[in-house]
Amino acid sequence: MINQFADSPVHPLLHPRKQAKPWLLASWTTLVYGFLYLPIAVLILMSFNDSAILSLPFKGITLDWYDLTFRDQSIRLSLINSLKVAASATLLATMLGLFAAFAIYRYQFFGKNAFRIALNLPILLPGIVTGVAMLAYFSDLGLELSLWTIIIGHAMFGIPVALGPILTRLSQFPRRLEEAAYDLGAKPGEVFRDVIFPYIRSAVISGALLAFTLSFDEVVVTIFLTGRDNTLPIEIWGRLRTDITPEIAAVATLILVVSGAIVVLSQSLINQDS
Amino acid sequence: MKDDSIVYLESVNKIYPTAKGEFYAVQDVTIEVQSGEFYSLLGSSGSGKTTTLRLIGGFEIPEYGQVYIGGEDVTTLPPYRRKVHTVFQNYALFPHMTVAQNIAYSLTIAKLSQAEIAPRVEEALKMFQIAELGDRHPSRLSGGQQQRVALARALISRPKVLLLDEPLSALDAKIRQEVRQELRNLQKQINLTFIYVTHDQEEALALSDRIAVMHKGQVEQIGTPKEIYDRPASSFVAQFIGKANFLTGRVLDINSEFAWIDVNGTKVKAITPSYIPAIGDSVTLMIRPEQLKLGNSELDNQVTGRLINITYIGQLLEFQFEMTIGKLIVTQLGNASINEIEELAISWNANDCIVIPPAKKVMGNG
Repeated sequence: MINQFADSPVHPLLHPRKQAKPWLLASWTTLVYGFLYLPIAVLILMSFNDSAILSLPFKGITLDWYDLTFRDQSIRLSLINSLKVAASATLLATMLGLFAAFAIYRYQFFGKNAFRIALNLPILLPGIVTGVAMLAYFSDLGLELSLWTIIIGHAMFGIPVALGPILTRLSQFPRRLEEAAYDLGAKPGEVFRDVIFPYIRSAVISGALLAFTLSFDEVVVTIFLTGRDNTLPIEIWGRLRTDITPEIAAVATLILVVSGAIVVLSQSLINQDS
Repeated sequence: MKDDSIVYLESVNKIYPTAKGEFYAVQDVTIEVQSGEFYSLLGSSGSGKTTTLRLIGGFEIPEYGQVYIGGEDVTTLPPYRRKVHTVFQNYALFPHMTVAQNIAYSLTIAKLSQAEIAPRVEEALKMFQIAELGDRHPSRLSGGQQQRVALARALISRPKVLLLDEPLSALDAKIRQEVRQELRNLQKQINLTFIYVTHDQEEALALSDRIAVMHKGQVEQIGTPKEIYDRPASSFVAQFIGKANFLTGRVLDINSEFAWIDVNGTKVKAITPSYIPAIGDSVTLMIRPEQLKLGNSELDNQVTGRLINITYIGQLLEFQFEMTIGKLIVTQLGNASINEIEELAISWNANDCIVIPPAKKVMGNG
């Protein structure tokens, strides 16, 4: 041990250590990540399982559960509700996020930092707090719970999600481009349309996609704000308590695929710019 | 005055609030630019030259004073209502538009039809020899090409005045010389008014019809390159432009043309082009190193002194002398057959020796 580095001309601390057991690190990594991701893998597997209950062992491959899902009226309705909610909340959140980003980027005003922190609160606070608070607020206002209350709730945490990438990109915007457009005769609205928006476009889209995914599978806040119409995650949640069939696994797998695709798209848009 | 000049600034001030009070980025600047002139604003960084340009372009609004363009008061008009265009320091080309779209922008925004725009863009691309670059994006262009696009974009809507903010500073020294001449030719060819901001005195002297030398937010002197170089109005101008020798002394006698100054016991004859001192006043004299002649001659002034150093600068030799009147630097073409310890006479004409107001601090040379 002591003479291990005796024939090495380089100081032992500078000498890259030879990896003693390369398989050890690899197996630990596999084990840890396997433990974390195994449930998802199992869920996907079960959605193809030819068995009436949501459990192992695996009895054979079938697409029956997907077939059932596509014909299930209440799943379809809740899916449409979810899409409506996510689309509206995303639109609202992205617009407000864009305005907020502009205000922060462009102007100095009293309480600017407090404003930024307040905007980020909905993602920092536990959903259950936000949910209860909004429920109390809506009932005080006498607003009946509906898809609209869910939309407002989702837009609330959608704003900071959209704001993040937009503000980051906006802060890289060279002001001289704006001046050049003014100089060539563009009015403020035209400057935004022709120069500023094209510069931040992919950040806006990526922020919107993130807000969409978060809204699409949100449960905690939604539970408090749901009236008669369920969103898809609430529908799944409700079913889990009564009849647990592999149909749920099929729905979950579909959500996973769509959400995953959106996240990948959103990330690649961010990378494209920087 | 403001009616026949194309751009007229009437004692404009641009003030920024600071922790200690107010900072005058531009102070009481009055400038009148004639139509077709190549007019330079020359100064070091922080001299207020770029702020002055931005006041003309409409990117800043002066706290006091008026801005006229073509006789019209535009002081508070936004940039898009002014008939001037700017070539920005780093060109500020729109990165998401092609070269052709960049050039067409002012026409597109003016809502001209595509049928009107296309031939003019074509013409501009040809004029600036970038016809093959129309479909490229700015990020794929060299510095020189970007500069041409910026010029084409600013000129396509035929503005009355073109504002240029250090347009050559982003280019390599090699092509800068080349582009400089092209710029001057272009300006003469289309008979446009150029207002040109630069910190490079050589550039300003080579290009301009007139130069306004700026220092600490104020105009130190306005004149042709020759006036500025030969007859500097202050010691700042004298040392900012070219090299200069300064001597200090007291006025012995003065008439309408000449002044006789006592410099450390030597009587020196000089001229007073911009500043008339009284007898007994302390003044500064400025002599360009190339106006000093080595050896005895029939010139108005003559002193002797000791040569202490010779430096080669390109094709010129620079001699440093120690005189009773002070240190002098003399530049001459070739002829190094002089020993360093020799006592030598130096002479110069009164016409090349200018009385300027006393400087607060006299520097050796600039």
